[in-house]
Amino acid sequence: MKIKRCFGLIGFGFSALCAAVFLGGCSRIVLFDPKGPIGDAERFVIIAAFVLMLIVVIPVFVMVLWFSLKYRASNIKATYMPKWSYSGKIDLAMWLVPLAIIAVLGCLAWIETHDLDPFKPIKAGVRPISIEVVSLDWKWLFIYPDYDVATVNQLAFPTKVPLSFRITSDTVLTAFFIPQLGSQIYAMAGRQSRLHLMADESGIYAGHNQQFSGSGYADMHFEAIATPRQQFEAWVQKARQSPDQLDLVRYEEIKKPTSGYPVTYFSSVAPGLFDHIIREYLPMSVNSGAMGRDDSGSTHIKTVTLERR
Amino acid sequence: MTTDASTIDAVQLEESEHPDTVANHAFGFWIYLMTDLVLFASIFATFSVLSRSYAGGPTGKELFNLPYTLGETMFLLFSSAACGMAVLAIYRGKKYGVLAWLGVTFLLGFGFISMEVNEFYHMILDGNGPQRSGFLSAFFTLVGTHGTHVTFGLIWMAVMVFQIIFKGLTTPVQSRLMRLSMFWHFLDIVWIGVFTIVYLMGSIS
Amino acid sequence: MFGKLSLSAIPFENPIIMGAVGGSILLAIVTLALITYYRKWTYLWREWLTSLDHKRIGIMYIILAMVMLLRGFSDAILMRSQQALAAGMSHGYLPPGHFDQIFSAHGTIMIVFMAMPFLIGLMNIVVPQQIGARDVAFPFLNSVSLWLTAAGALLVMISLGIGEFSKAGWSGYAPLVERQYSPGTGVDYWIWAFQIAGIGSLMTGINFLVTILRMRAPGMTLMRMPMFVWTTLFTNVLMIFAFPVLTVALALLTFDRYLGMHFFTNTLGGNIMMYVNLFWIWGHPEVYIVILPAFGVFSEVVATFSGKRLFGYRSLVFATAAIMVLSFSVWVHHFFTMGAGPDVNTFFSITTMLIAIPTGVKIFNWLFTMYRGRIRFTTPMYWTLGFLLTFTVGGMAGVLLSVPPADYVLHNSLFLIAHFHTMLIPGSVFGFFAGYCYWFPKALGFPLHENWGKRAFWCWLIGFYLAFAPLYVLGFMGMPRRMEHYVNQAWQPYLVIAAAGTAVILIGILFQMIQLAVSIKQRHATRDLTGDPWDGRTLEWATSSPPAVYNFAKMPVVHDIDAYMDMKEKGIAHEVPDRYRDIHMPKNTAMGLIIGALAGVFGFAMVWYIWWLAILGALVMLLTVIARVSDDDTDYIVPAAEVQQIENRRYRQLSDAMADRSAGGPVTPEPLAEI
Repeated sequence: MKIKRCFGLIGFGFSALCAAVFLGGCSRIVLFDPKGPIGDAERFVIIAAFVLMLIVVIPVFVMVLWFSLKYRASNIKATYMPKWSYSGKIDLAMWLVPLAIIAVLGCLAWIETHDLDPFKPIKAGVRPISIEVVSLDWKWLFIYPDYDVATVNQLAFPTKVPLSFRITSDTVLTAFFIPQLGSQIYAMAGRQSRLHLMADESGIYAGHNQQFSGSGYADMHFEAIATPRQQFEAWVQKARQSPDQLDLVRYEEIKKPTSGYPVTYFSSVAPGLFDHIIREYLPMSVNSGAMGRDDSGSTHIKTVTLERR
Repeated sequence: MTTDASTIDAVQLEESEHPDTVANHAFGFWIYLMTDLVLFASIFATFSVLSRSYAGGPTGKELFNLPYTLGETMFLLFSSAACGMAVLAIYRGKKYGVLAWLGVTFLLGFGFISMEVNEFYHMILDGNGPQRSGFLSAFFTLVGTHGTHVTFGLIWMAVMVFQIIFKGLTTPVQSRLMRLSMFWHFLDIVWIGVFTIVYLMGSIS
Repeated sequence: MFGKLSLSAIPFENPIIMGAVGGSILLAIVTLALITYYRKWTYLWREWLTSLDHKRIGIMYIILAMVMLLRGFSDAILMRSQQALAAGMSHGYLPPGHFDQIFSAHGTIMIVFMAMPFLIGLMNIVVPQQIGARDVAFPFLNSVSLWLTAAGALLVMISLGIGEFSKAGWSGYAPLVERQYSPGTGVDYWIWAFQIAGIGSLMTGINFLVTILRMRAPGMTLMRMPMFVWTTLFTNVLMIFAFPVLTVALALLTFDRYLGMHFFTNTLGGNIMMYVNLFWIWGHPEVYIVILPAFGVFSEVVATFSGKRLFGYRSLVFATAAIMVLSFSVWVHHFFTMGAGPDVNTFFSITTMLIAIPTGVKIFNWLFTMYRGRIRFTTPMYWTLGFLLTFTVGGMAGVLLSVPPADYVLHNSLFLIAHFHTMLIPGSVFGFFAGYCYWFPKALGFPLHENWGKRAFWCWLIGFYLAFAPLYVLGFMGMPRRMEHYVNQAWQPYLVIAAAGTAVILIGILFQMIQLAVSIKQRHATRDLTGDPWDGRTLEWATSSPPAVYNFAKMPVVHDIDAYMDMKEKGIAHEVPDRYRDIHMPKNTAMGLIIGALAGVFGFAMVWYIWWLAILGALVMLLTVIARVSDDDTDYIVPAAEVQQIENRRYRQLSDAMADRSAGGPVTPEPLAEI
């Protein structure tokens, strides 16, 4: 029968698609294969939300297919009640059951949003590593203030050590993102965003800009290399051998719009470069002291908020 | 849940055959004014966000001259009063009364605009134009949007003066005059907001 | 003299663009030639371009929507094929920068110039008839709205051949859209097209609010209105509150770009976050504006084709009202990743989740309308069933995204793209297509071919799944949106499947074109003589197909929900009135068209900095408006005798058709009203 054939077709299509998905290999579905606690928690949230909603979604699917089949006009055996258009019980159920689900999901959202606040540091019993991130056209600059090295388009860090990112942009709005480790966050000029991530396992993770920023956007990716501590120290040493030094002049050079910038290491960084980059966008003031605390009233409220400690 | 045909109001039946265009126009215009209010609200919100973005430039306190703003306000408030008198004249069917009071409304409104243009002109001349900072962009836009509305009101007023002269106080003309007066009073209310939030609060800081 | 405009604005060096431009110009020339050949210019001018008839205006809106659907869909084909190819070292076939214009144009066109005109077109054709009115409250304003929208669409089309379109996305985030980062004409085209069309939409909102609240037939209380009218009412409330915010957002950006102000710049006190907030305070209600009329269509279709009253009428009204109110409280969910802090993010997360509840209520109400009904599987019902299944999946994705930690990893990924397309296509577009098939016989007097419609549906449904299911997966694989090319080869197979899906949808569109052609060809044999081809329930089916210009000779009196079905059951559906009255209708006028054209000229002049032309355009617009508001002779009278003639023909044809229907024989139709 035509209807049954239609449903058969849909069912087949669906199964084929699911098969294709899983054949693709779960390991490449990076959001379900997180390598750090943040990504882990976020995967849990996704799955929990999905499962909760199936409570509503599956009955809908069943009802669409079952009602279409049973109450088709040619099935004269089925009851026909043309004036029946209200039932208190059904009404109550259709409001309350979803409400209950949302109540649960809402609690989950409250808890997890506070737990996974990008500004919230990760406690791991180890001193975190500070990394300053500057998004440029169309590349990423990473500054390690504790080590006095910097790189373009390559991030390295030890596993099982919390990473404390301070992020800004020296161009338009961008988003810093390493999908396999967890949250993304916007990078904005004149402001500082914070992000905390950690890698539990060694590996090379893809990182990129997730907010369209112009013609070189597609090339704005970088490698995030997680290694054991020793190898990270070795990497730092490698950077310290570089003849390149990131002073203000060199910075102006890399700031120029280019795409596909090669991985570059800098063996020293102009002191306070990151804060300097932010300050360039802040309104001029008489006593430009600590960033964002100026009393001349010439700062944004938001900047202060973003700096919550 | 049925209703007998006989209980349907005869007026309702009559109305549906000839929709009351005057009432519809008035209602539609009220809705337009509410959208205009949302428009102004968005600009007010923007102004609030940018109200301290001086970019090292002048603050409101340094720029605003409250007595001057009081003068502007008086012009606008009295022109609203004159508009009210014009509406009273419409009710009394006094064509020349309407024209006279509309003229007064126009002149006072024009006075308001002149003062505002003058204020803008001098600020720009001093290098404190809207390009100077986010605060000044918001200032010029908020006050300027209100001023643009007032200017359109003045143009509308001029058109109405011609309509009254050439058509008299016909129903459509009266309907338009009522809408104009709603518009004019609305702008007055918005100006109270501008005066308070921009000038008064800006002068305290 | 010509501002920035010069011959170098035409992208001669780009073969794809020149091909598209050439093709468009050719199509335009062919159309103009055909009109000339068949000597239809006077007819076109008198019956369509200068008409203030809401039914004609509605049809023109839908024609505009369908043309722009083709343009927006071509953009989709280009994007999908580019992404299917551009893996690893390959950069695909599109020249650099072109992809960015395409995705920006695609979004802008589909929302502003396809979805909005389609839904406004349906509202125009149907609502006055459903409430038993003769026209909308402000017919002239209606015409202006149409032509302003058309002017905006024209600007977007022109940007293809003269200059370029925006490369900053349909949402145009600051500071990328500022002059510093987007110095060309692209963003300016986007601003003016959007702004001009937005003003048109705002006027429509005011128009229909007054129409619904003040022009209903006697006896039609609010709680007896058809559901499509309720959704229209709420949509228009959304319009009047949301569009002014868009006007401001675009205007402030215009001031930044044209006058060097600092609202959304990076420097001198600008605040880019303010733009994002303003845009989405409009943007979120906008997506509800786009979906609620589709929900209204589904309500009508499900009730009619289940042969049953709509289940849970009060619940549906309340749910839609809840959606309307809540839609203003969720906008931050578009930028959870901006760093607003967990308290703010959670607040907006919960409001977003709350909206899912009334939406679910509506779905259940439709399902229970089907329950214990007698379901006829017509093409509109197909679209509805496709919607019920697929939209639910997309809704699930939405609730998922509403939890900020999930959004932190899925924001701006292809998962997001898949989610909102699942809302827009199976939601809005299927709804519009259902409405199109459902009301086509009413609007034009003959039905659309059923089988071609069903074939088209299957292609759209299967094509949709093929095109977007892989995108959900790709989102989980970490692929962002708007990628012109990418290094991760693992993404490619999914993008190839997605491209195949686009091809299937293309076939669906072709089938729809065939459906239209075949239907037009067969129209004399299939003509709808009764005005009620579906055994409808609401008042629009009481009129002839197409209705007389005045819709109802005598105002119907309403006693219950499903007013027309109520009348049919009581046997009072087609009572001949004892006497007729003169009917006032609005006269035709070219002023709406002129205002639209001038708006287009103004927009173009502003894009190219041709200041004298912009000032002139604005001035003439003002003068046209003044001329119109000084004109008191804007109505004409259809004399009672003529009304009687028209109605008598209608009743003769109706009784013939009824008799023939019961006798079972074919009907040779007498043309009732020339289209």
